[in-house]
Amino acid sequence: MTVAILALQGAFAEHGYMLDRLSVDHFELRQKKDLERPFDALILPGGESTVMGKLLLELGLFAPLRERILSGMPVFGTCAGLILLAKNVEHDKSHFATMDISVKRNAYGRQLGSFYIEEEMQGVGRIPMTFIRAPYIEAVSGNAEILATVNKKIVAAREGNQLVTAFHPELNDDTRVHEYFLQMIK
Amino acid sequence: MSENRYELNKQLAQMLKGGVIMDVTTPEQAKIAEEAGACAVMALERIPADIRAAGGVSRMSDPKMIRGIQDAVSIPVMAKCRIGHFVEAQILEAIEIDYIDESEVLSPADDVYHINKHDFKVPFVCGARDLGEALRRIAEGASMIRTKGEPGTGDIVQAVRHMRMMNSEIRRIQNMRKDELFEAAKQLAVPVSLVEYVHENGKLPVVNFAAGGVATPADAALMMQLGAEGVFVGSGIFKSGNPAKRAAAIVQAVTNYTDAKLIAELSAGLGEAMVGINEQEISLLMAERGK
Repeated sequence: MTVAILALQGAFAEHGYMLDRLSVDHFELRQKKDLERPFDALILPGGESTVMGKLLLELGLFAPLRERILSGMPVFGTCAGLILLAKNVEHDKSHFATMDISVKRNAYGRQLGSFYIEEEMQGVGRIPMTFIRAPYIEAVSGNAEILATVNKKIVAAREGNQLVTAFHPELNDDTRVHEYFLQMIK
Repeated sequence: MSENRYELNKQLAQMLKGGVIMDVTTPEQAKIAEEAGACAVMALERIPADIRAAGGVSRMSDPKMIRGIQDAVSIPVMAKCRIGHFVEAQILEAIEIDYIDESEVLSPADDVYHINKHDFKVPFVCGARDLGEALRRIAEGASMIRTKGEPGTGDIVQAVRHMRMMNSEIRRIQNMRKDELFEAAKQLAVPVSLVEYVHENGKLPVVNFAAGGVATPADAALMMQLGAEGVFVGSGIFKSGNPAKRAAAIVQAVTNYTDAKLIAELSAGLGEAMVGINEQEISLLMAERGK
Protein backbone atom coordinates (compact mmCIF):
# COMPACT_ATOMS: atom_id res chain seq x y z
CA MET A 1 0.00 0.00 0.00
CA THR A 2 1.32 3.45 -0.96
CA VAL A 3 -0.09 6.82 0.11
CA ALA A 4 0.60 10.00 -1.85
CA ILE A 5 0.79 13.18 0.23
CA LEU A 6 0.05 16.41 -1.61
CA ALA A 7 3.20 18.47 -0.97
CA LEU A 8 2.49 21.81 -2.65
CA GLN A 9 2.54 23.82 0.58
CA GLY A 10 1.88 23.36 4.29
CA ALA A 11 2.36 20.61 6.86
CA PHE A 12 2.82 17.67 4.50
CA ALA A 13 5.98 16.34 6.18
CA GLU A 14 4.04 15.79 9.42
CA HIS A 15 1.67 13.36 7.68
CA GLY A 16 4.73 11.52 6.41
CA TYR A 17 6.04 11.13 9.98
CA MET A 18 2.69 9.62 11.02
CA LEU A 19 2.77 7.14 8.16
CA ASP A 20 6.40 6.29 8.99
CA ARG A 21 5.30 5.39 12.50
CA LEU A 22 2.64 3.11 11.00
CA SER A 23 5.20 1.61 8.58
CA VAL A 24 3.19 2.70 5.53
CA ASP A 25 4.93 3.55 2.26
CA HIS A 26 4.36 7.13 1.11
CA PHE A 27 5.72 9.84 -1.19
CA GLU A 28 5.31 13.57 -1.80
CA LEU A 29 3.17 14.64 -4.73
CA ARG A 30 4.48 17.93 -6.10
CA GLN A 31 3.90 17.89 -9.85
CA LYS A 32 2.29 16.06 -12.73
CA LYS A 33 5.08 13.56 -13.30
CA ASP A 34 4.66 12.34 -9.71
CA LEU A 35 1.26 10.97 -10.80
CA GLU A 36 3.09 8.29 -12.77
CA ARG A 37 4.03 6.61 -9.51
CA PRO A 38 1.35 4.18 -8.36
CA PHE A 39 -0.55 5.08 -5.20
CA ASP A 40 -3.64 3.78 -3.44
CA ALA A 41 -4.71 6.78 -1.40
CA LEU A 42 -4.16 10.52 -1.09
CA ILE A 43 -3.66 12.88 1.85
CA LEU A 44 -4.43 16.59 1.47
CA PRO A 45 -2.55 18.33 4.32
CA GLY A 46 -3.02 21.52 6.29
CA GLY A 47 -1.68 24.79 4.97
CA GLU A 48 -3.38 27.51 2.97
CA SER A 49 -6.19 26.26 0.73
CA THR A 50 -5.86 29.31 -1.54
CA VAL A 51 -2.23 28.41 -2.25
CA MET A 52 -2.88 24.71 -2.80
CA GLY A 53 -5.96 25.37 -4.94
CA LYS A 54 -3.97 27.65 -7.20
CA LEU A 55 -0.93 25.36 -7.49
CA LEU A 56 -3.12 22.31 -8.19
CA LEU A 57 -4.40 24.09 -11.30
CA GLU A 58 -1.08 25.59 -12.41
CA LEU A 59 0.80 22.32 -12.07
CA GLY A 60 -1.84 20.29 -13.92
CA LEU A 61 -2.72 18.17 -10.89
CA PHE A 62 -6.29 19.30 -10.38
CA ALA A 63 -8.20 17.33 -13.03
CA PRO A 64 -6.37 14.00 -12.67
CA LEU A 65 -6.63 14.02 -8.87
CA ARG A 66 -10.31 15.00 -8.94
CA GLU A 67 -10.99 12.14 -11.32
CA ARG A 68 -9.30 9.66 -8.99
CA ILE A 69 -11.24 10.94 -5.99
CA LEU A 70 -14.52 10.68 -7.90
CA SER A 71 -13.68 7.15 -8.99
CA GLY A 72 -13.35 6.08 -5.35
CA MET A 73 -9.71 6.45 -4.33
CA PRO A 74 -9.56 7.03 -0.53
CA VAL A 75 -8.66 10.62 0.34
CA PHE A 76 -8.02 12.24 3.72
CA GLY A 77 -8.16 16.03 4.03
CA THR A 78 -7.05 17.90 7.16
CA CYS A 79 -7.93 21.58 7.65
CA ALA A 80 -7.04 23.15 4.28
CA GLY A 81 -7.45 19.66 2.78
CA LEU A 82 -11.02 19.60 4.09
CA ILE A 83 -11.67 22.92 2.36
CA LEU A 84 -10.28 21.53 -0.92
CA LEU A 85 -12.84 18.70 -0.85
CA ALA A 86 -15.93 20.68 0.21
CA LYS A 87 -18.68 21.39 -2.31
CA ASN A 88 -19.54 24.68 -0.62
CA VAL A 89 -17.06 27.12 0.89
CA GLU A 90 -18.62 30.17 2.51
CA HIS A 91 -17.60 33.47 0.88
CA ASP A 92 -15.05 31.67 -1.26
CA LYS A 93 -14.70 29.41 -4.24
CA SER A 94 -14.70 25.64 -3.97
CA HIS A 95 -11.88 23.46 -5.32
CA PHE A 96 -12.30 19.69 -5.88
CA ALA A 97 -15.91 20.05 -4.68
CA THR A 98 -16.33 16.30 -4.32
CA MET A 99 -17.83 16.10 -0.84
CA ASP A 100 -21.32 17.09 0.31
CA ILE A 101 -20.26 19.45 3.06
CA SER A 102 -20.53 23.21 3.56
CA VAL A 103 -17.48 24.78 5.14
CA LYS A 104 -16.67 28.04 6.83
CA ARG A 105 -13.02 29.08 6.48
CA ASN A 106 -11.13 30.63 9.41
CA ALA A 107 -14.30 29.89 11.34
CA TYR A 108 -12.70 30.42 14.75
CA GLY A 109 -11.11 33.73 13.77
CA ARG A 110 -7.44 34.60 13.65
CA GLN A 111 -4.50 32.86 15.38
CA LEU A 112 -5.76 33.96 18.82
CA GLY A 113 -8.76 31.69 18.17
CA SER A 114 -6.59 28.58 17.60
CA PHE A 115 -7.09 25.94 20.32
CA TYR A 116 -6.46 22.40 21.55
CA ILE A 117 -9.07 20.04 22.96
CA GLU A 118 -9.67 16.33 23.50
CA GLU A 119 -12.93 14.98 22.14
CA GLU A 120 -14.66 11.89 20.88
CA MET A 121 -14.46 10.88 17.20
CA GLN A 122 -16.82 8.17 16.02
CA GLY A 123 -15.02 4.94 15.19
CA VAL A 124 -11.77 6.27 16.65
CA GLY A 125 -12.33 7.20 20.31
CA ARG A 126 -11.30 10.17 22.40
CA ILE A 127 -8.42 11.91 20.64
CA PRO A 128 -6.34 15.09 20.80
CA MET A 129 -7.57 17.75 18.38
CA THR A 130 -5.47 20.75 17.40
CA PHE A 131 -7.26 23.55 15.59
CA ILE A 132 -5.05 26.13 13.82
CA ARG A 133 -6.98 29.01 12.20
CA ALA A 134 -9.34 26.18 11.49
CA PRO A 135 -12.51 25.85 9.45
CA TYR A 136 -15.56 23.97 10.63
CA ILE A 137 -18.31 22.20 8.74
CA GLU A 138 -21.57 24.11 8.85
CA ALA A 139 -23.67 21.32 7.36
CA VAL A 140 -23.41 17.89 5.79
CA SER A 141 -25.82 16.64 3.15
CA GLY A 142 -26.30 13.64 0.86
CA ASN A 143 -24.25 10.66 2.01
CA ALA A 144 -21.84 12.63 4.15
CA GLU A 145 -21.93 11.64 7.82
CA ILE A 146 -20.74 13.46 10.90
CA LEU A 147 -17.89 11.80 12.82
CA ALA A 148 -17.10 14.43 15.44
CA THR A 149 -18.39 17.67 16.88
CA VAL A 150 -16.74 20.17 19.21
CA ASN A 151 -18.94 22.74 20.94
CA LYS A 152 -21.78 21.78 18.58
CA LYS A 153 -19.69 22.48 15.46
CA ILE A 154 -18.95 19.64 13.05
CA VAL A 155 -15.20 19.01 12.89
CA ALA A 156 -14.91 15.59 11.22
CA ALA A 157 -16.96 13.85 8.54
CA ARG A 158 -16.87 11.01 6.07
CA GLU A 159 -18.55 10.37 2.74
CA GLY A 160 -17.61 6.96 1.33
CA ASN A 161 -13.94 7.19 0.31
CA GLN A 162 -13.52 10.74 1.63
CA LEU A 163 -12.48 11.54 5.20
CA VAL A 164 -12.05 15.08 6.52
CA THR A 165 -11.04 16.70 9.81
CA ALA A 166 -11.00 20.42 10.62
CA PHE A 167 -8.25 19.68 13.14
CA HIS A 168 -4.72 18.32 12.63
CA PRO A 169 -4.24 14.70 13.74
CA GLU A 170 -0.75 14.87 12.19
CA LEU A 171 0.40 17.42 14.79
CA ASN A 172 -0.20 15.31 17.89
CA ASP A 173 1.30 12.11 19.10
CA ASP A 174 -1.74 9.93 18.32
CA THR A 175 -1.89 7.85 15.15
CA ARG A 176 -5.48 6.61 15.51
CA VAL A 177 -7.10 8.90 12.92
CA HIS A 178 -4.45 7.88 10.38
CA GLU A 179 -5.10 4.23 11.26
CA TYR A 180 -8.81 4.81 10.67
CA PHE A 181 -7.99 6.27 7.24
CA LEU A 182 -5.71 3.37 6.36
CA GLN A 183 -8.59 0.99 7.07
CA MET A 184 -10.56 2.77 4.33
CA ILE A 185 -7.96 1.61 1.80
CA LYS A 186 -8.82 -1.77 0.42
CA MET B 1 1.83 32.38 27.95
CA SER B 2 0.81 28.79 28.55
CA GLU B 3 2.71 25.85 27.08
CA ASN B 4 -0.36 25.02 25.02
CA ARG B 5 -0.50 28.48 23.38
CA TYR B 6 3.21 28.25 22.48
CA GLU B 7 2.59 24.87 20.84
CA LEU B 8 -0.32 26.29 18.83
CA ASN B 9 1.87 29.19 17.73
CA LYS B 10 4.68 26.91 16.58
CA GLN B 11 2.08 24.83 14.78
CA LEU B 12 0.77 27.82 12.80
CA ALA B 13 4.32 28.23 11.47
CA GLN B 14 4.23 24.56 10.44
CA MET B 15 1.19 25.35 8.30
CA LEU B 16 3.16 28.08 6.49
CA LYS B 17 5.96 25.71 5.46
CA GLY B 18 6.71 25.33 1.77
CA GLY B 19 5.13 28.73 1.25
CA VAL B 20 6.05 32.31 0.41
CA ILE B 21 5.31 35.22 2.74
CA MET B 22 5.19 38.52 0.90
CA ASP B 23 5.68 42.12 2.07
CA VAL B 24 2.71 44.33 1.16
CA THR B 25 1.96 47.97 1.87
CA THR B 26 -1.67 48.28 0.71
CA PRO B 27 -4.83 46.12 0.59
CA GLU B 28 -4.47 46.06 -3.22
CA GLN B 29 -0.97 44.61 -2.98
CA ALA B 30 -2.20 42.13 -0.38
CA LYS B 31 -4.82 40.88 -2.83
CA ILE B 32 -2.25 40.57 -5.60
CA ALA B 33 -0.05 38.58 -3.22
CA GLU B 34 -2.90 36.28 -2.14
CA GLU B 35 -3.95 35.66 -5.73
CA ALA B 36 -0.34 34.92 -6.66
CA GLY B 37 -0.23 32.21 -3.99
CA ALA B 38 1.29 33.85 -0.91
CA CYS B 39 0.70 31.70 2.21
CA ALA B 40 0.73 34.87 4.36
CA VAL B 41 1.43 38.57 3.96
CA MET B 42 3.57 40.95 5.98
CA ALA B 43 1.82 44.30 6.35
CA LEU B 44 4.19 47.24 6.52
CA GLU B 45 4.16 50.91 5.69
CA ARG B 46 7.19 50.88 3.44
CA ILE B 47 9.03 47.93 2.00
CA PRO B 48 12.64 47.59 3.20
CA ALA B 49 14.13 49.04 -0.01
CA ASP B 50 12.12 52.24 0.54
CA ILE B 51 12.95 52.34 4.25
CA ARG B 52 16.59 52.16 3.21
CA ALA B 53 16.14 54.94 0.64
CA ALA B 54 14.14 57.23 2.93
CA GLY B 55 16.35 56.85 5.98
CA GLY B 56 15.18 58.16 9.34
CA VAL B 57 13.41 56.19 12.06
CA SER B 58 11.06 53.47 10.89
CA ARG B 59 8.32 52.23 13.21
CA MET B 60 5.38 49.87 13.43
CA SER B 61 2.75 50.50 10.73
CA ASP B 62 -0.49 52.40 11.26
CA PRO B 63 -3.03 49.94 12.74
CA LYS B 64 -5.64 51.32 10.34
CA MET B 65 -3.51 50.28 7.39
CA ILE B 66 -2.94 46.83 8.93
CA ARG B 67 -6.70 46.40 9.50
CA GLY B 68 -7.34 47.28 5.87
CA ILE B 69 -5.03 44.45 4.85
CA GLN B 70 -6.63 42.04 7.37
CA ASP B 71 -10.00 42.79 5.79
CA ALA B 72 -8.70 42.36 2.25
CA VAL B 73 -7.33 38.80 2.50
CA SER B 74 -8.19 35.44 4.09
CA ILE B 75 -4.59 34.25 4.59
CA PRO B 76 -2.62 35.02 7.79
CA VAL B 77 -1.47 38.62 8.21
CA MET B 78 1.83 39.42 9.92
CA ALA B 79 3.21 42.82 10.93
CA LYS B 80 6.50 44.15 12.23
CA CYS B 81 7.33 45.83 15.49
CA ARG B 82 10.66 47.33 16.49
CA ILE B 83 13.16 45.18 18.37
CA GLY B 84 12.44 45.56 22.09
CA HIS B 85 9.30 47.67 21.57
CA PHE B 86 6.85 45.60 23.58
CA VAL B 87 4.15 48.25 23.42
CA GLU B 88 4.08 48.12 19.64
CA ALA B 89 3.75 44.35 20.08
CA GLN B 90 0.89 44.84 22.54
CA ILE B 91 -0.87 47.01 19.95
CA LEU B 92 -0.41 44.38 17.25
CA GLU B 93 -1.79 41.74 19.61
CA ALA B 94 -4.76 44.00 20.38
CA ILE B 95 -5.70 44.13 16.69
CA GLU B 96 -5.36 40.32 16.54
CA ILE B 97 -2.45 40.07 14.17
CA ASP B 98 -1.63 36.46 13.27
CA TYR B 99 2.16 36.79 13.66
CA ILE B 100 4.45 39.57 14.93
CA ASP B 101 7.85 40.02 13.32
CA GLU B 102 10.18 41.61 15.87
CA SER B 103 12.27 42.97 13.08
CA GLU B 104 15.67 44.49 12.47
CA VAL B 105 14.18 46.14 9.36
CA LEU B 106 12.64 48.76 11.65
CA SER B 107 14.78 51.00 13.87
CA PRO B 108 15.48 49.15 17.12
CA ALA B 109 13.71 50.59 20.18
CA ASP B 110 16.04 48.84 22.61
CA ASP B 111 19.72 48.19 21.96
CA VAL B 112 20.05 45.63 24.76
CA TYR B 113 16.83 43.72 25.31
CA HIS B 114 14.51 41.91 22.96
CA ILE B 115 10.82 41.56 23.82
CA ASN B 116 9.92 38.87 26.36
CA LYS B 117 7.71 37.05 23.88
CA HIS B 118 6.42 34.64 26.54
CA ASP B 119 4.20 37.50 27.74
CA PHE B 120 2.14 37.36 24.55
CA LYS B 121 -0.53 35.08 23.18
CA VAL B 122 0.18 35.90 19.54
CA PRO B 123 3.21 34.26 17.93
CA PHE B 124 6.51 35.94 17.08
CA VAL B 125 8.96 35.39 14.26
CA CYS B 126 12.50 36.77 14.67
CA GLY B 127 15.54 37.10 12.45
CA ALA B 128 18.83 35.33 13.15
CA ARG B 129 22.27 35.18 11.55
CA ASP B 130 23.52 32.11 13.34
CA LEU B 131 22.47 29.37 15.73
CA GLY B 132 23.17 31.40 18.86
CA GLU B 133 20.88 34.24 17.78
CA ALA B 134 18.18 31.79 16.71
CA LEU B 135 18.21 29.91 20.03
CA ARG B 136 18.32 33.15 22.06
CA ARG B 137 15.19 34.35 20.25
CA ILE B 138 13.52 30.98 20.84
CA ALA B 139 14.46 31.17 24.53
CA GLU B 140 12.72 34.57 24.59
CA GLY B 141 9.58 32.95 23.15
CA ALA B 142 9.86 33.20 19.36
CA SER B 143 7.87 30.41 17.67
CA MET B 144 9.40 30.85 14.22
CA ILE B 145 12.84 31.92 12.96
CA ARG B 146 13.98 33.45 9.69
CA THR B 147 17.42 34.37 8.45
CA LYS B 148 18.08 38.08 8.64
CA GLY B 149 19.69 38.35 5.24
CA GLU B 150 20.12 41.96 4.28
CA PRO B 151 16.65 43.43 3.76
CA GLY B 152 15.85 45.76 0.91
CA THR B 153 18.96 45.03 -1.13
CA GLY B 154 17.89 42.33 -3.56
CA ASP B 155 21.26 40.79 -2.71
CA ILE B 156 20.99 37.18 -1.56
CA VAL B 157 24.54 36.86 -0.21
CA GLN B 158 23.72 37.50 3.44
CA ALA B 159 20.71 35.19 3.57
CA VAL B 160 22.93 32.46 2.11
CA ARG B 161 25.65 33.19 4.64
CA HIS B 162 23.19 33.10 7.55
CA MET B 163 21.50 29.89 6.45
CA ARG B 164 24.81 28.13 5.85
CA MET B 165 26.15 29.34 9.18
CA MET B 166 23.08 28.16 11.07
CA ASN B 167 23.06 24.75 9.43
CA SER B 168 26.78 24.15 9.86
CA GLU B 169 26.48 25.00 13.56
CA ILE B 170 23.52 22.63 13.86
CA ARG B 171 25.62 19.85 12.31
CA ARG B 172 28.47 20.63 14.68
CA ILE B 173 26.16 20.37 17.72
CA GLN B 174 24.69 17.15 16.36
CA ASN B 175 28.10 15.55 16.24
CA MET B 176 29.12 16.49 19.77
CA ARG B 177 29.40 14.16 22.70
CA LYS B 178 26.69 14.77 25.27
CA ASP B 179 29.15 16.10 27.82
CA GLU B 180 30.27 18.77 25.34
CA LEU B 181 26.81 20.33 25.08
CA PHE B 182 27.17 22.33 28.31
CA GLU B 183 30.19 24.18 26.98
CA ALA B 184 28.42 24.69 23.62
CA ALA B 185 25.46 26.25 25.45
CA LYS B 186 27.85 28.54 27.28
CA GLN B 187 29.57 29.63 24.08
CA LEU B 188 26.29 30.20 22.25
CA ALA B 189 24.87 32.00 25.32
CA VAL B 190 21.69 29.92 25.22
CA PRO B 191 19.90 27.46 27.57
CA VAL B 192 21.37 23.96 27.51
CA SER B 193 17.91 22.44 26.96
CA LEU B 194 17.72 24.07 23.52
CA VAL B 195 21.21 22.82 22.64
CA GLU B 196 20.10 19.33 23.68
CA TYR B 197 17.11 19.59 21.37
CA VAL B 198 19.36 20.53 18.43
CA HIS B 199 21.75 17.72 19.32
CA GLU B 200 18.98 15.13 19.30
CA ASN B 201 16.91 16.39 16.36
CA GLY B 202 19.43 18.06 14.06
CA LYS B 203 17.20 21.07 13.56
CA LEU B 204 15.77 24.08 15.34
CA PRO B 205 12.78 23.42 17.60
CA VAL B 206 10.74 25.83 15.43
CA VAL B 207 10.19 26.38 11.70
CA ASN B 208 13.03 28.21 9.92
CA PHE B 209 12.40 30.42 6.86
CA ALA B 210 14.76 32.36 4.61
CA ALA B 211 14.48 36.14 4.37
CA GLY B 212 16.39 39.16 3.16
CA GLY B 213 17.43 39.78 -0.43
CA VAL B 214 15.28 37.22 -2.27
CA ALA B 215 14.53 38.71 -5.71
CA THR B 216 14.13 35.83 -8.19
CA PRO B 217 12.61 32.31 -8.36
CA ALA B 218 16.21 31.04 -8.45
CA ASP B 219 17.02 32.91 -5.20
CA ALA B 220 14.00 31.33 -3.52
CA ALA B 221 14.89 27.83 -4.76
CA LEU B 222 18.52 28.34 -3.66
CA MET B 223 17.38 29.08 -0.11
CA MET B 224 15.08 26.03 -0.13
CA GLN B 225 17.89 23.77 -1.34
CA LEU B 226 20.08 25.17 1.43
CA GLY B 227 17.49 24.00 3.96
CA ALA B 228 14.95 26.82 4.40
CA GLU B 229 11.42 25.60 5.10
CA GLY B 230 9.84 28.54 3.28
CA VAL B 231 10.69 32.02 2.07
CA PHE B 232 9.91 35.63 2.92
CA VAL B 233 10.05 38.01 -0.04
CA GLY B 234 10.16 41.67 0.83
CA SER B 235 11.10 44.30 -1.68
CA GLY B 236 11.77 41.75 -4.43
CA ILE B 237 8.17 41.54 -5.60
CA PHE B 238 6.67 45.01 -5.56
CA LYS B 239 9.96 46.64 -6.63
CA SER B 240 10.00 44.54 -9.80
CA GLY B 241 8.50 45.16 -13.23
CA ASN B 242 5.66 42.65 -13.02
CA PRO B 243 4.83 41.88 -9.36
CA ALA B 244 1.95 39.43 -9.95
CA LYS B 245 3.91 37.30 -12.39
CA ARG B 246 7.11 37.34 -10.36
CA ALA B 247 5.22 36.50 -7.16
CA ALA B 248 3.47 33.51 -8.77
CA ALA B 249 6.76 32.28 -10.22
CA ILE B 250 8.48 32.45 -6.82
CA VAL B 251 5.60 30.50 -5.24
CA GLN B 252 5.95 27.70 -7.79
CA ALA B 253 9.73 27.70 -7.47
CA VAL B 254 9.44 27.16 -3.71
CA THR B 255 7.10 24.17 -4.17
CA ASN B 256 9.28 22.52 -6.83
CA TYR B 257 12.63 23.86 -5.70
CA THR B 258 14.70 20.98 -7.07
CA ASP B 259 13.16 20.95 -10.57
CA ALA B 260 15.64 23.03 -12.60
CA LYS B 261 13.64 22.63 -15.80
CA LEU B 262 10.52 24.08 -14.21
CA ILE B 263 12.48 26.91 -12.55
CA ALA B 264 14.02 27.72 -15.94
CA GLU B 265 10.52 28.12 -17.37
CA LEU B 266 9.40 30.13 -14.36
CA SER B 267 12.38 32.46 -14.67
CA ALA B 268 11.73 33.26 -18.33
CA GLY B 269 10.22 36.62 -19.29
CA LEU B 270 9.52 37.86 -15.78
CA GLY B 271 10.39 41.45 -16.69
CA GLU B 272 12.79 43.53 -14.71
CA ALA B 273 13.96 42.30 -11.31
CA MET B 274 14.49 44.86 -8.58
CA VAL B 275 17.70 46.74 -9.27
CA GLY B 276 19.29 45.89 -5.96
CA ILE B 277 22.39 47.09 -4.20
CA ASN B 278 25.45 45.07 -3.27
CA GLU B 279 26.23 44.71 0.41
CA GLN B 280 29.52 46.58 -0.06
CA GLU B 281 27.64 49.62 -1.39
CA ILE B 282 25.48 50.18 1.66
CA SER B 283 26.35 51.89 4.89
CA LEU B 284 23.52 50.54 7.06
CA LEU B 285 23.63 46.82 7.78
CA MET B 286 20.23 45.99 9.27
CA ALA B 287 21.40 42.45 10.05
CA GLU B 288 23.76 43.93 12.68
CA ARG B 289 20.76 45.05 14.71
CA GLY B 290 19.61 42.91 17.64
CA LYS B 291 22.01 40.09 18.44
